[in-house]
Amino acid sequence: MAEPLVLGFETSCDETGIGLVRGHTLLSDALATSMAEHERFGGVVPEIASRAHLEAMVPTVHRALADAGAALSDVDAVAVTSGPGLTGALLVGVAAAKAYALALGVPLYGVNHLAAHVAVDELEHGRLAEPSIAMLVSGGHSSILLVPDLSQDVVELGRTIDDAAGEAFDKVARVLDLPFPGGPPIDRAAQEGTASIAFPRGLTGPRDPAYDFSFSGLKTAVARWVEAQQRDGVHVSVPDVAASFQEAVVDVLTAKAVRACRDHGVDHLVIGGGVAANSRLRAVAQERCDAAGIVLRVPSRRLCTDNGAMVAALGSRLVMAGVAPSQPDLGADSSLPIDVVSR
Amino acid sequence: MLTLAIDTATPTLVVGLADGDRVLAEAGVPSGTRHAELLTPTVTDVLTRAGVALADVGRLVVGLGPGPYTGLRVGIVTAAALGDVVGAPVHGVCSLDAVGDGPRVVVTDARRKEVYWRAYDGAPLAGPGVGRPEELDLPDLPVVGDARFAERLGRGVAPAEVTTAGLLRAVPAGPPAPLTPLYLRRPDAVPNVVRKPVTR
Repeated sequence: MAEPLVLGFETSCDETGIGLVRGHTLLSDALATSMAEHERFGGVVPEIASRAHLEAMVPTVHRALADAGAALSDVDAVAVTSGPGLTGALLVGVAAAKAYALALGVPLYGVNHLAAHVAVDELEHGRLAEPSIAMLVSGGHSSILLVPDLSQDVVELGRTIDDAAGEAFDKVARVLDLPFPGGPPIDRAAQEGTASIAFPRGLTGPRDPAYDFSFSGLKTAVARWVEAQQRDGVHVSVPDVAASFQEAVVDVLTAKAVRACRDHGVDHLVIGGGVAANSRLRAVAQERCDAAGIVLRVPSRRLCTDNGAMVAALGSRLVMAGVAPSQPDLGADSSLPIDVVSR
Repeated sequence: MLTLAIDTATPTLVVGLADGDRVLAEAGVPSGTRHAELLTPTVTDVLTRAGVALADVGRLVVGLGPGPYTGLRVGIVTAAALGDVVGAPVHGVCSLDAVGDGPRVVVTDARRKEVYWRAYDGAPLAGPGVGRPEELDLPDLPVVGDARFAERLGRGVAPAEVTTAGLLRAVPAGPPAPLTPLYLRRPDAVPNVVRKPVTR
């Protein structure tokens, strides 16, 4: 099958994403989000997300079909995020995808959410150079991967040992009384400020693991700094704190990603996940990659955050590579390891 | 008309295929928390045993609970998706209606040391509700369902499970309503009003 039409399902967190991809071509990307319902809780509430996925599922499938001008009977394969993510949320997508695949009589591919964040870049920038280094940064994940073959061979070089990068943005946004999710408001505030406060760069010592991250200490350092200023009655410049915090995160992320490329003799870096929408991360990654002779690929902002097209993109890659589909007893695995691209 | 019935509101997932009110094939799979893994293979198995193609199914019936949410949603979204592809209406029913028959109180496991219950006197009399067995003031009718709660209810409980025939009987007249699960509880989440400082 040269150019399969793949229907992708993504429900690992708070976005119900349904995408249609033919080969490497994006046809549609329908999204329903329960983001606003989580805001007053300061984070995603799994049960609220799961309830919203169920309500949104069939209408969102039809929005994706309508946007693509396709019918269900055109679909050649179904792909679904089967992990990692929130179990209850994942299971709504997995059950729906299994039912659509069964009723349509097409193969089903249970895929890894993190590998899908890499695959989505192929919709905009063509086939990935292999091997590539991939860095995935979102509210739930922060990892550096070596990708010899995206359809079956992905190796994790490092990951966060505590908070994900996006989680740190959310928590610091709370400290600064900025809305949830914290990424966009911190990005905006930082553009008006100066990175004048020296916040710590976690796990960057000579004996620290080269590719692991830690953002928990940074978040606490920001909170302590702000509280100390407030206690002393000193005005806190939200833009300066945002810029300084953001700079610390971006500095560590880009330094480690570039180092991974150098250490492994790889000259292609792809960055994905919601934090890849951050303007400072995109700018600094570009500067450092240019200086190091590395080709940088980052999807457009719309495709960095969770969506169904990324799942369809990886599914399409798997179909074209001749990878075996999933078994009928596919389930969800909230902690699916990154080296399992599909299962 | 061929009806495919699905229920995942209890630890036993139920799939049945009926022609009118005659059950052609049925499976009750003790699947615990593995409804998502086992439901579609069970649908395939039941269709095969009934000698029916999915495309020939004229309507679906699905249990809307009450039941543990994660498994419950698996059945509902599966029925909705199957119905979407074959172009058949999907009727949601109260899963408790499909346990036993006649005047009775049905109790099922709601976890957290609570039961889901509903009482029937020919027609539904009270409930559905959720609560601790010791604190429920149930009508004086035979109790059927999850017998593990007999002691805490202080009443005998005749073991009974969801059946295909029960799901078919429970279908209300008229066109299908939206498939809204009977959650009966709100999500556990407390709004974060005040942020705790990290320094004292």
